[in-house]
Amino acid sequence: MIPLSYFLVFAAALFSIGLYGVLARKNAVAILMGVELILNAVLVNVLAFWRYRTPDKLDGQAFAVMVFAVAAAEVAVGLALFISIYRRRNTIAADEIDLLKW
Amino acid sequence: MGDPVNAIAAWLRNLLIGLGLSPGLTTVLLTALGVLVMATFVTVIDILLVWVERKVVARFQDRLGPNRLGPFGLIQPIADVIKLLIKEDITPRGADWFVFNLAPIMALATVLLMWAVIPFAPTILGADINVAVLYIVAVGALGTLGIIMAGWSSNNKYALLGAFRTVAQMVSYEVPMVIVLLVPVILARSMGLQAIVDSQSTWFFFLAPIAALIFLITSIAELGRAPFDINEAESEIVAGFHIEYTGMKFGLFYAGELLHALTVSAVFSTLFLGGWRGPFADQVPILGVVYLFGKAFFIYWVIMWIKYSFPRLRIDHMLGFSWKFLTPLSLVLVIATAVLDKILRGTGNAPIAFPYVLLQLGMNLVIAAATVIILREYARIERKRVAGVRPVATAIEPDFKELVAQE
Amino acid sequence: MSVIQLIFLITAVITLGAAIMVVAARNLVHAALWLILTLFGVAVMFGLLSAPFFAVVQVVIYIGAISILMIFAIMLTRRGLLDSGSQFNKGWWVAGLLSLLSFTALVWMLSTWEGFHTPLPELSRDTDFVAALGAQLVNPGGYVLPFEVASILLLAALIGAVVVAWEKKA
Repeated sequence: MIPLSYFLVFAAALFSIGLYGVLARKNAVAILMGVELILNAVLVNVLAFWRYRTPDKLDGQAFAVMVFAVAAAEVAVGLALFISIYRRRNTIAADEIDLLKW
Repeated sequence: MGDPVNAIAAWLRNLLIGLGLSPGLTTVLLTALGVLVMATFVTVIDILLVWVERKVVARFQDRLGPNRLGPFGLIQPIADVIKLLIKEDITPRGADWFVFNLAPIMALATVLLMWAVIPFAPTILGADINVAVLYIVAVGALGTLGIIMAGWSSNNKYALLGAFRTVAQMVSYEVPMVIVLLVPVILARSMGLQAIVDSQSTWFFFLAPIAALIFLITSIAELGRAPFDINEAESEIVAGFHIEYTGMKFGLFYAGELLHALTVSAVFSTLFLGGWRGPFADQVPILGVVYLFGKAFFIYWVIMWIKYSFPRLRIDHMLGFSWKFLTPLSLVLVIATAVLDKILRGTGNAPIAFPYVLLQLGMNLVIAAATVIILREYARIERKRVAGVRPVATAIEPDFKELVAQE
Repeated sequence: MSVIQLIFLITAVITLGAAIMVVAARNLVHAALWLILTLFGVAVMFGLLSAPFFAVVQVVIYIGAISILMIFAIMLTRRGLLDSGSQFNKGWWVAGLLSLLSFTALVWMLSTWEGFHTPLPELSRDTDFVAALGAQLVNPGGYVLPFEVASILLLAALIGAVVVAWEKKA
């Protein structure tokens, strides 16, 4: 009833929206939200491929578990960094944190 | 014969199919009706809970409680509801209107969602999913979200501060709760609540009393009830995250908290006290409902007993208790349970035999004894440190003879 | 249009709409709330893909922990960008172009693949995916090594986040 294409197009759309969020937003936390959208699109993709192509083997599900773990770790460290940057520079606009630019 | 719920459902299904509706649509309609009936049933019990709470607190405090309206004050909750409904509905200026109104709805809705997976009887069950234990954790986490929304959208510094503290407390106590929830899962070899109840020929309370105790404590902390109620007690931070809520919106928070307490009691009964199990519950399923609610109300009474007996914990004591005591203890408990289970039962679904019960109970008592001994040693060291000779600051006297000689 | 297709369509529309609001909202806390709705929609998608375990794990991890962490971070870093002024970079239209390009490229590339229209296969075992997944994750011939490495990664992230955000009192 629902072919694989529906899920793949949905995941591609979510990925593109997340990409726009990463590239176009100034606030660092908003950029991180875009990254979360991209990771969710990846998860939908991985699980759709698992369900439609190899539902007997569980490799796709193990992949998804790893993506969950990595996403959680990355958000935690990223937000800690943002808070630390905010304490020193009093800003988290991505274009104002430019001390390393030449 | 003993299962009226399924009998009525089957009769309605035949009626609707006889009227010409397709089976798929009939299933959808009957499911929607079931959801409506369960939500209404639980909310009506919530009104009864207001009466129970006020009578029980009165008796704990050696007074009578409401007894003017109706026999034994039973009409009192209806009077409370009417009072809340006719109060003025204020939205503070600068508040985010949509989020402000959504927050109490989320707080109550997440509690109602939990009732979907609790098995009332062998055949009366909302949804038999095989990840029900994790579902309960997920819905509890959603409740935390409702509180943040309430605190932030009130445009009030104290509400925000109260919301932060509440969320910090809830998130800290989620960790030992999730770890300890693994113990019934290990013992029952499944995360589905119906499977957990089915495998409780001996109640899990006797197999893992420490796990039950930790689950009770962390659930009370998740509720935000005393002794963990520093966030919303009337004498602290001016009632916390729901300062700006008036009338029925506050009523939703208050009723939601009471219903959450009963829900947590029902979950505890399902996980550790055997749920709907009792004499003749297999043959007459409606008795299962009676047993479950009996056990749930008993645990609810225990929670109220704890609330009205203990003083409030300070926030740093509360967080330290979770992170420094409950989390290591629950980790040790899960490891010990898993190892013992593997040694005694191996993999696969062997049923629980009596020597297994004795050994698990023994392991729990050993861990409890070890914990008490460690705490006693720690307390002794603390006492010695506090009462011992402390270095007193002294001024460094200059050497006068040298100073005079230098002149 | 069958019931499942209708559910899929509604969920997809809600999720993508919420995702667009995430990247377009001016108020950051509103963006976080739209993100929560998006994550919910993705959890429903996981349910449609016969992975109820992942749907529930999505709610616990993403909505119950990561979103709350993001809301905390937004509230703790508010003074910098007080939701006024432009929230977007100067070259935002380039970003829009790029994302549209990536979408069309992905869909076009996938549509040339012969498996693009795979119908839904039946599940051979309709029981415990969760138990089987758990067994695979601790199976020495299975995924125990990535599992352990992920645990160490999470431990490192935990310690790192605490150390980085530690407020050094002078």
